[in-house]
Formats: sequence, C-alpha cells, structure tokens
Amino acid sequence: MISITNITKKFDEFVAVNNLTMSVKRGEVLGFLGPNGAGKSTTMKMITGFIKPTEGVIEVKGMNVETHPIECKKLIGYLPEGAPLYGDMTPINMLKFVAHIRGMTSKEFKKALDSVVVKTQITDVINQPIDTLSKGYKRRVGLAQALIHNPEILVLDEPTDGLDPNQKHHIRNLINKMGKEKAIIISTHILEEVDAVCSRACIIAKGKKIIDKKPTELKKIYKNNNLDNIFREITLSK
Amino acid sequence: MTVLLNIVKRELASYFSTPLAYVFIVIFLTLIGSFTFYLGNFFARGQADLNAFFTFHPWVYILLIPAVTMRLWAEERKTGTIELLMTLPLTTTQAVIGKFFAAWIFIFIALVLTFPIWITVNYLGQPDNGVILAGYVGSLFMSGAYLSIGSCISAITKNQVIAFVIAATVCFIFTMSGVDIVLNFFKVWAPEFLVNIISSMSFLVHFESITKGVIEIRDFLFYLSVIVFWLFLNVVVVEFKKFN
Repeated sequence: MISITNITKKFDEFVAVNNLTMSVKRGEVLGFLGPNGAGKSTTMKMITGFIKPTEGVIEVKGMNVETHPIECKKLIGYLPEGAPLYGDMTPINMLKFVAHIRGMTSKEFKKALDSVVVKTQITDVINQPIDTLSKGYKRRVGLAQALIHNPEILVLDEPTDGLDPNQKHHIRNLINKMGKEKAIIISTHILEEVDAVCSRACIIAKGKKIIDKKPTELKKIYKNNNLDNIFREITLSK
Repeated sequence: MTVLLNIVKRELASYFSTPLAYVFIVIFLTLIGSFTFYLGNFFARGQADLNAFFTFHPWVYILLIPAVTMRLWAEERKTGTIELLMTLPLTTTQAVIGKFFAAWIFIFIALVLTFPIWITVNYLGQPDNGVILAGYVGSLFMSGAYLSIGSCISAITKNQVIAFVIAATVCFIFTMSGVDIVLNFFKVWAPEFLVNIISSMSFLVHFESITKGVIEIRDFLFYLSVIVFWLFLNVVVVEFKKFN
C-alpha cells in the first residue's frame, strides 16, 4: 500500500532523511522507531504529502504522492505530530469539517461519527471547545479525525502520547483491530508498544534505516530479550 | 466547490467564536461613525450624499483589516493545524481562496451594519442612491484588495503581531502611492512612466472616483487584479513556507 523508494530530505545542509527505502502492506502495522530527531516525523510528513522529498519516490496504492496528491490524501488518515487541532472548534464540528472536506455527505458523516466517537472514547467531550480539553482527549480527537473516513491507510505520529495507561491499552487494541484490514504506520518512543501492536519494526537513526524486522526476529538476533536494550544498542552504536 | 464552501464556513465560524469579530465590528462602526460626523462634517456640509462617510473607509481599513487577516495563516502555522489542513484532499489554492472569502464576507457584514447612515441621509434629503450603492460596492472591492494583502503577509510569519504591522504598512503604501508626498520622492529620479505606474496603483485614487459617482469598470478591474495578484502570491508563499 505504501512504498517508499530511496527518499532523501534535506533542509538546506541538514539531511533529515537519508536514502530511506521501506514499504507497508495491507494487514501490516509498521512501528517506526528512533531517537528524537531521527527523521520519523519528516518521513511521515512526506508520506502524507505535506512536504516533498528532495529525492526519491513515494507511492500510495501505486500512485505517486507528488503527481497525484489529492487522490493519495483521500486514501490516508493522518494524525500529525502533536495532534494539532482547531482549538476554537468543538470536536463534533471539527470532525464534521474534516468529513465534509473529504467529500462525505451529512448522512455518511453521522454514521461514521457514531462509530468513531465510540472507538476513540470521546463521547463525553464532543460538544466542548477543543481548547478546554485535556491532552489525552485532544490526542484522541486527533485520532478520530484521522479515522472519520475509514481510510485504507493510517499514518499516526505518536498516537498514544499523553494518554494514561488504560487509554493506551484501549488505543493499542483499536490499532490491533484495524491493522488486520488497513496498512498502518505508527511512530513511537515506547518500545512496549512495538511488542503490543506492531507486526514489523523499523528503526531509524540520523535519517538512515538501521533495521527493519519483525519484533520476534529482533529479539532472536540480539538474544537480548529486552527491546529497550536492543534499541539502545542499535541507535547508539551507529 | 464543497471544499471551498466548507473552508469558508469554518473560517467564518472561527471569527465569531472569538470576541475578535464583535470587537472589530464595534470599533469599525464607531470609527467610521465618528470620522463621518466629526472629521467629515456630515451635517455642516449640507449635502445629501455619503462622501463624508466613504472618504474615511481607506483609513479605517488600513488600521482594521490587518487585524482581520493576521490570524488567517499565521495562526495555522503557529498551532501546526496547517499540517492537518494541507494533508486533507484539497489544493493550496482552494485553502487560500476559501480563507480570503471568509474574511471578505466578514467585512461585507460589517459594511452592511453601517446601514443607519444610509437611512439617515435618506431621511434628511434626497441623495442619489445609485452613487451610494456604487460607493458601497467600491468600498467592498477595495476592502478585498486590502484583505488579499493582509492574507498573503499573514502567510509569511508565525507571529500575528508581525503580520499585523507589516500588513498595515504595505496597505498604507498602496493607499498613499497616488499622493504627492510619495510621488515627489519618485519624481526626482524615476522616469515618468514609472511615476505614472506608481500613482495608478493608488487605492485612494481609484476609490475616490467611484465614490464621486464616476463608475468605470477599470476601477473595479483594478481592485480585482490586485486581489488576484496578492492571492496568487499568497499561494506561492504558503507552498514555499511549507517545504522549508
């Protein structure tokens, strides 16, 4: 569903992403790992068409993101870094706005709203201004916004950041469930999350891919059963 | 079309969800009203027209329109919602035009709310309502030109205060470019055709002829082309800033 071929992103002299190649199929949940500033968010911004790669090609369902931006954006649900939202709106109005821009009718929206609100557990706050919501709610409204059109592809930048343990558990279950029929990329710092939801882990550091394997294989190679130690070993050594 | 409509709706709603809209309308009406009656000598002139009213529109716009446009893009960039907006299936042009129209409709509402002055002048005498209508339409077009400048400049920075100050300055320059103080500065060294171009860019000159009842298509075309030019620049700036 998503194929990234040799992409490089430079900001002036600084190389944020360096010759990265990876792909995600339907039914896969790719865990995108790496230290801060490794280029995770930059890569996600390029997949979703917000910024263009300096070099290389990104294809979504066989379509080039640069030449078919609108078609690609329709297929993707995106939770940007920090879950930015229109603070002056209520979640319901914000979701309506996103749904209508995505070409859904009012009827389709109502139907989708009912299921998304339950999935992301935001029923209680649906009519409160987003500015007044707690961090956990904001994150889940951001997630709801990404799910509203039931996209085939999900790109989620730190979807569980700022959630309490119960909420984290709930969202991970949700991602697990959706992962069976969608192609999902999530970025995270939390390594237990990789074990919990990801079918594959891709670790990058300084813009370069270091490892791309199933979590179980990772553990086998490094004999070391703790993902935290593996992560430290990999990212500090290179 | 639905995309455009939804952006306009959201932006317009966001004006009215904060006190900004109400503060703006109150100040706009107060300023325009007091200028008309005190500086414009509306009554003492003894004429049944709204010249005293329209004369001050450019000056009020210079001050207030940057306040309407400063948040359009600067806020999106500061809060990061621009990433959300631009990863929805829409083009930058749609977003720029949608935001612009929302601001324009807002100014239209403010202009409509000046209707008591129109009632007053009709009560006191027999004005030429055709000229008054032309004045209103001209003012609306001129406000569109100011708005397009403000919107473009709002896309340059994340800081709304900077957006306000720069937009007000640029609006001022465009307003004044037909006045001798500005022209004399160029007359000394610039060839005549350049001076003519600069003076023909003046918002003031085009607006004055409209309010006097000299209704020429080219004055409206002038404002339209200013709007198209600045909105085009706006699209370029948004695209450019996004990638950097």
